[in-house]
Amino acid sequence: MTEFIFFINQVVIAGAVLGCIYALGAVGITLIFGILRFAHFAHSELMTSGAFFAFMLAALFASWGIVTPIPTGFVVLPLAMVLSAIFALGIDKGFYAPLRKRGAKPVILLIASIGVTLMVQGLIRLFFGAGSYSFFETETKDVFRIDTSFLGSTRPLVITEPQLLMIVVTVISVLALHLFLTRSRLGKAMRAMADNADLAQVSGINTALVVRVTWVVAGALACMAGTMLALDVTLKPDLAFNIIIPIFAAAIVGGLGQAYGAIAGGLLIGFAESLAVFNWTMVLRPLNAVLPEWAQLPSTLALVPTEYKLTVAFVILVVVLLVRPTGIFKGASS
Amino acid sequence: MIRRSLGLFAGLFVLILVVGWLMGLPFTSSRLVEAAAYALIALGLNIQWGYGGLFNFGIMGFLMLGGFAVTFMSYPVNADFWGSDGPMLLGRALLAFAVGVLLVLAARRSDRIGITGRWKAALVVLAWFVAYCVYRSQIDPAAAYIEANAGFVGGLGLNAVFGWIFGGILAAGVAYIVGKIALGLRTDYLAIATIGISEIIRALIKNMDWLTRGTLTVSPIPWPTPLPQDYQADGADQMSALLMARGGYLALAIVVLGLAIWLVSRAYAGPWGRMMRAIRDNHIAAASMGKDVKSRQLEIFIFGSVLMGIGGAMLVSFTQIFDPSSYQPINHTFLIWVMIIVGGAGNNWGAVFGAVLIWLVWVVSEPVAKAIFDTVSYWSTTVGWPAIPDIESRSAQMRVFVLGLVITIALRYAPKGLIPEVVRREG
Repeated sequence: MTEFIFFINQVVIAGAVLGCIYALGAVGITLIFGILRFAHFAHSELMTSGAFFAFMLAALFASWGIVTPIPTGFVVLPLAMVLSAIFALGIDKGFYAPLRKRGAKPVILLIASIGVTLMVQGLIRLFFGAGSYSFFETETKDVFRIDTSFLGSTRPLVITEPQLLMIVVTVISVLALHLFLTRSRLGKAMRAMADNADLAQVSGINTALVVRVTWVVAGALACMAGTMLALDVTLKPDLAFNIIIPIFAAAIVGGLGQAYGAIAGGLLIGFAESLAVFNWTMVLRPLNAVLPEWAQLPSTLALVPTEYKLTVAFVILVVVLLVRPTGIFKGASS
Repeated sequence: MIRRSLGLFAGLFVLILVVGWLMGLPFTSSRLVEAAAYALIALGLNIQWGYGGLFNFGIMGFLMLGGFAVTFMSYPVNADFWGSDGPMLLGRALLAFAVGVLLVLAARRSDRIGITGRWKAALVVLAWFVAYCVYRSQIDPAAAYIEANAGFVGGLGLNAVFGWIFGGILAAGVAYIVGKIALGLRTDYLAIATIGISEIIRALIKNMDWLTRGTLTVSPIPWPTPLPQDYQADGADQMSALLMARGGYLALAIVVLGLAIWLVSRAYAGPWGRMMRAIRDNHIAAASMGKDVKSRQLEIFIFGSVLMGIGGAMLVSFTQIFDPSSYQPINHTFLIWVMIIVGGAGNNWGAVFGAVLIWLVWVVSEPVAKAIFDTVSYWSTTVGWPAIPDIESRSAQMRVFVLGLVITIALRYAPKGLIPEVVRREG
């Protein structure tokens, strides 16, 4: 049983946490792709800047002496999401809208989004330097150790408070997104525009409003993903820049333009990454007792060495692009 | 058009003189050598994007391949490795690799013996897995043995020019595989796929310590031309030895660059160039005229990558150190894209102009930002406000911001670049 608990700690929890972050990021990318038809590279910077908004708000709360039962990062999250949504709208207004008005090709918008990535990253580094910050300088990070000895395990099940909250918050926001897309007028308008922008426009849908709502949703979700990533590890200026390709991989694996596909893709990539580097010897060790001398398991038996963890996402991406370029769920084909 | 280009190049020349006057000759001379290498790389991207309309976001990977190639060819021979069991173990790993390749190829042909559909797909996946396990079972002990006994494989001790050529060949080989995989995809997908592949290349080169020494870095890598120390040994004083050595390197780099421009311009003006532009502008029409769009695009992807590989090799042998962890997408992929967008996609002179200009902007923006911050800090302290902390590290980060600003302004006000493509219409 110890082996099973170990497996849950190493694969299920780590994979779910990573998967939640990838999923939230990928939803934003896939929504923007569905509505505006370009790969929004600067999404990583929306995530990072969102995390920094939350960090500043949390620092403000701490300086006012407000003590909260759950980590302050989660308390200030709604406020930070509002700020990020405004920030995303501003970026669209300042950088992408003029290019769209000129009728620029999606490729030009992709390059413009790289310009935005560089500028935002430069600004973040200008103000915060290249060092890393932690949300838990003034408060403690609670770690729950659930005793599993009644199952016959010698190890406890370990999960930190932010990880638990992260999973809960992700589930809530995915449900909210689902209700928004299927029940509300605006959500339906968004889906209609993703399917066929011209048809949506002639049926009287306010496309300019839909574009704005898309940025608000994408910005808010990016802020959520970035803050949660920063709560789980540490906050640094290249926080999300390093994982933007796995996030894109998640969006493509799920089919670009498909919100549910992005969530599935995010979880898939998160679990695949933690499974690939998992050391199977830890689980299969009891077999050593029955195996003959020459077939003893080596001390490490992982599919890929740990230092190649990030490449797992790229390999999945390349394989999916080769075998099924539209993604698991059929993607938009602009 | 010609007058405008000449004016811009004259302005660039003045800028180089100003930089040389302000920052000193040693700084400027080494920046110029790097600019020549970047011009070659930008020319490679210009072939791919400007001529062929192919979206390559994996430039970093090709630069790393070039850097590895020149390290492998020109670094002195490591006697420890050749005297040990290393070559034999590596040979066995190579054999395992070949067996794996054969297995996969055989599985892909399994429809010949009546295995089709799902069964064939399952067999192919199984073959990949078995091949991977067979290769890993041989390469892991070999890598551990070499790292423990000899450090790393070492080099072949040849002249660096061979390394440049090998860099081009290696980049061509990888570009063939990448192109075969990715070129059928639409632009956005192609961009993301090439980034993914370049990250895989980076992870491999960074972690294959037995081949590249990984994060331990390899140095000093010899120059193809005499080093400053050689001139000093002949009795020249320090400054003139440095300038003569760098001048020699710069001359060689410019010869390579000039040769590349000449060849590329000849190809562009000929029927091949016209066909490429036809494919870029409307590949459906080109295909209906009987042009083989896919293999032409593969061709152009390989040609561009060769120039990138050579340019990457030139950069590494100039700095004399191969450090896989110094490669970043911002410095080695996006920077080249800014060069092309600002200079003008589809125009070779535009690419060269953009490369030199953006490289100067990139290296100069740090000292300029530092000067500005120092001034602001000085004024704020005289008014009584606190000084700006950590000016050194903050101004280093301003380069990234300036790069983003330049590309944004260029896309907004000069979307075709400063020296745009000249479209000549005959008939």
